[in-house]
Amino acid sequence: MNYFSIFIGAVLVNNFVLAKFLGICPFLGVSKKVETALGMGIAVTFVMTLASIMTWLVQVAILDNFGLQYLQTIAFILIIASLVQFVEMFLKKSSPSLYEALGVYLPLITTNCAVLGLAILNIQNEFDLMETIVNSLGAAIGFTLAIVLFAGIRERLELADVPESLKGFPIALITAGLMSIAFLGFSSLSI
Amino acid sequence: MNSVFNAVLTLGGLGLAFGILLAVASKVFHVEVDPKITQIKEALPGANCGACGYPGCDALAKAIAEGKEAANSCPVGGSETAEAVSAIMGLESGEDSEGKKVARVLCSGCDSISKKKFDYKGIKDCKAASMIQGGDKSCDKGCLGYGTCLEVCNFDAIRIEDGIAIIDPEKCTACGLCLEACPKDVIEWVPYDQEVVVDCKNQDFGKAVKDICEVGCIACGICEKNCPFDAIHVENNIAKIDYEKCTGCMICTEKCPTNAISGELEKRKKAYIIEDKCIGCTICAKNCPVDCIDGEVKKVHVVNQEECIGCSVCFEKCPVDAIEMR
Repeated sequence: MNYFSIFIGAVLVNNFVLAKFLGICPFLGVSKKVETALGMGIAVTFVMTLASIMTWLVQVAILDNFGLQYLQTIAFILIIASLVQFVEMFLKKSSPSLYEALGVYLPLITTNCAVLGLAILNIQNEFDLMETIVNSLGAAIGFTLAIVLFAGIRERLELADVPESLKGFPIALITAGLMSIAFLGFSSLSI
Repeated sequence: MNSVFNAVLTLGGLGLAFGILLAVASKVFHVEVDPKITQIKEALPGANCGACGYPGCDALAKAIAEGKEAANSCPVGGSETAEAVSAIMGLESGEDSEGKKVARVLCSGCDSISKKKFDYKGIKDCKAASMIQGGDKSCDKGCLGYGTCLEVCNFDAIRIEDGIAIIDPEKCTACGLCLEACPKDVIEWVPYDQEVVVDCKNQDFGKAVKDICEVGCIACGICEKNCPFDAIHVENNIAKIDYEKCTGCMICTEKCPTNAISGELEKRKKAYIIEDKCIGCTICAKNCPVDCIDGEVKKVHVVNQEECIGCSVCFEKCPVDAIEMR
């Protein structure tokens, strides 16, 4: 399995939001404007890549060595939460402009199930470090793609004549479902 | 037993390592922030809902601390949050009634006194109604009363009474949504404590107004002639009050032949002289615009309560604070 097929697989075929249904909370929560959706997507990309590298290292170096695979979930949560905190502090000092741009999204990702899900999937698929990075990057770009597309549709929905009972979240959920069906088409992609 | 030991040691070790890392990082990467921002952030609801227009409470807290936003700009927190935030910012209260403005519907042509051009049976919405010949009300500047403003008000401050919208100044937060929503532009900003307001926007003259509305301003100019303070002027066939100059004496309310100017005469204040303090300087008598104060030099003055209009000129002029308004 080469890197390219892992990447495309992560972006399109196994899209985190639309095929695996992970990270639905930010997907619905911050998708009202394309601008904020993009901010969220970039923050997720940033954290997902860093977190999966860290978790992979911990898994291989510590958990596998001591036969403690059953501690995976709790250890990963610990790593992700601390990592996000650390990254936030680091950015605040070293790059205030990037910190401003990511804003509130960075701490929000701490408890994002997509980040934890990705870390665990990387281990389950028995990826090596390079494959992990490519897969994480792909998954994060897939998330960004989905949320930005969704935000674009929702911006237009604001102007559409939606029946009273479907206004707001109902129509958003229906839209998400239709997008998911559309992405299902990628599952027959053979790379 | 060994595996339990390993597990505890591993997780404990990881936790400790990250804890130390974060503790060191918080010192190394420490950035000085305005303590106000932190305090305001704690006072805000912290839901990061974005209703204020900023991405999250942090951004709003920063904007408030920098003075870009008002203390009451969190629409979710309500008055409690506004008070807490304004306390941090060192303001008296979120709603400083000094200079506070509220929205007011400048029309008093309710259904029982105004006339209709036709019988409107369409959607109950002012925008829809105003598309047909400018609405069913015979006055094309008047409030249609179908409640488009009421729909947009987030604070339950607007009610429809007898076919016109009435805004409760106590509940109005001056958000301005109704001003934008009103297709007739009949809602305007008025100072919160202003009792005397011209409740009409019709710019026609005399009979043209009289024919369609009993309480419209006919631009007769009687108010202008009678105002002792030069605070009301007829421009473009409509009386306009200069709220800076208006003392709320209600003479215009009294004189207006069509009752187009609001003001409750019973609520009118009167000047009272505190006899112990009065030194008989006659300054009040000289300044009274209606000459209702009698008094000779060095004797206690008397206000003729029948004629007093409560303009508070004497109250302001008295050098020894011997006059009170009540």
